[in-house]
Amino acid sequence: MRISTFFYTLKQGVISIFKNKWFSLASVATISACLFLFGLFYAILANFQHIVKTAEEGVSVTVFFEEGIEDDRIAEIGEMIQKRVEVSKVTYVSAEDAWNSFKDEYLGEYSDGFTENPLADSANYEIYLKDVSLQGDLVTYLESVEGIRQVNKSEITANTLSGVNALIGYVSVGIIAILLSVSVFLISNTVTIGISVRKEEIAIMKYIGATDFFVRSPFVIEGILIGMLGALLPLGIIYVIYNRVVEYVMVKFQVLTTLLNFMPVETIFATLIPVSMALGIGIGFVGSYITVRRHLRV
Amino acid sequence: MKTKESKRRISKKNRAESEKMIVLEDVSKSYSTGAPALSGVNLTINKGEFVFVVGDSGSGKSTLIKLLLRELTPTTGKVQVNGYDVGRLKRRKVPKFRRNIGVVFQDFRLLKDWNVYENVAFAQRIIQVPTREIRKNVPSILSTVGLAGKYKAKPRQLSGGEQQRVALARALVNQPPILLADEPTGNLDPKNSWDIMKLLEEINKGGTTVLVVTHNREIVNAMQKRVITMKKGVVISDEEKGGYIDED
Ligand SMILES: Nc1ncnc2c1ncn2[C@@H]1O[C@H](COP(=O)(O)OP(=O)(O)O)[C@@H](O)[C@H]1O
Ligand SMILES: [Mg+2]
Repeated sequence: MRISTFFYTLKQGVISIFKNKWFSLASVATISACLFLFGLFYAILANFQHIVKTAEEGVSVTVFFEEGIEDDRIAEIGEMIQKRVEVSKVTYVSAEDAWNSFKDEYLGEYSDGFTENPLADSANYEIYLKDVSLQGDLVTYLESVEGIRQVNKSEITANTLSGVNALIGYVSVGIIAILLSVSVFLISNTVTIGISVRKEEIAIMKYIGATDFFVRSPFVIEGILIGMLGALLPLGIIYVIYNRVVEYVMVKFQVLTTLLNFMPVETIFATLIPVSMALGIGIGFVGSYITVRRHLRV
Repeated sequence: MKTKESKRRISKKNRAESEKMIVLEDVSKSYSTGAPALSGVNLTINKGEFVFVVGDSGSGKSTLIKLLLRELTPTTGKVQVNGYDVGRLKRRKVPKFRRNIGVVFQDFRLLKDWNVYENVAFAQRIIQVPTREIRKNVPSILSTVGLAGKYKAKPRQLSGGEQQRVALARALVNQPPILLADEPTGNLDPKNSWDIMKLLEEINKGGTTVLVVTHNREIVNAMQKRVITMKKGVVISDEEKGGYIDED
């Protein structure tokens, strides 16, 4: 394509947007509404998943050893655990470590009275999992290992979290699919209205010998520009309201603040901007391309 | 632009074989309903000819034009235009083929939101003429049709005669070898009709093959050109320097 043809096409696309103000507005509004819902939904989901993930990372299995166990055996057990596929990280907590952190957390300056470590038997391995749902397997294994006295697991949390995670996956795929099909349907309808006005124009162009590509380009450019606008608008709105909503929730539900770990708006937008733009442009492109195609057979 | 020129040179060299511009061999066209619009039409129009096609309303004249434009394909028979086997042309090749043909209609068919200049320039944009040349070619063709001063006007600000001139300028700006006109004066008063016909004659003198469908008895009789008369889808007469045949 010649540069002049490209600019001509671009110009026609822009002119056409203003010439068909109402059609353009309707299309922008439709895409905006869909992408706003999408963005809102994504922000909620991403935070939910983030919260779950943070909670998950805190889930650990603790193993305590039998009395009088040899240090060599402890090291051996440590290596065995490390080799398991479920395990992401193993930390050894010695009796002194356990006592120190207990002192710091609960006793503060009143700990001076103790001369002996009251938690002498509390040396342990803190095991973090790659995937919470694998906890059951690991615990069964650990309980069979010689030298281990007790395995502390966080059963309820683990099951709940992996369940919630799967649910979030299904629900999000479902809702996003519905949103997208609704928006493509609406766009196709609005484009059809806009194009029926220009059916005559297209027929004339074809008589003169315009290729399908040449006829279609301004419409497609128009669709893409409308899609971009339709994406930028909800992005702006979501950006403005995101922090306010987070603030509001933190204040209203202070009890939950340790649990609720919201993502910063920048992180959300690092994904939301490219995805929304791609969706907006995609919807605009597909909508106009398909619809013009139907009117090209002259 | 270069390829166009070389094509022209080749066609000059092979003049003997490529003398014929339009050839119809036993062409019939039936629509899904009613009697055939054309049946068994044989026709040869040579390069550089000026031809009138006349006949009653419903005799198949517009159908003939549509076959030449590849808006329709023949039910049977062969349509050949400037060396293209039009009936067999792939859809993808149609735009390129249509650039061989300038066409004007009774109802002008201008882009109504665009001004005169843009309407004409559009035909050049389609074949990707550089903007610099469009700026030269469009005013030049507009002055040929006598509209140099009105390039900024929108179609609705022009008279019927002026609109038809714009359509003519658009059809001619790419210098097609063929010009088809389907009742170009059907909506015009006698004065404007004559002006348009004189323009068509001028264009033909420049070497363009011109085919004009018309009902204008007075003009046909006065101009003394080849006249093809159709009736109920059949060519009933074809005369050099002919006249409008009276039915009654
Ligand atoms: N799209 C169509 N569908 C069905 N019949 C048609 C169509 N177009 C034209 N016809 C019929 O074909 C015949 C020839 O029409 P046309 O070529 O338009 O004649 P003319 O241009 O000489 O008036 C007429 O009987 C007309 O009714
Ligand atoms: Mg007709």
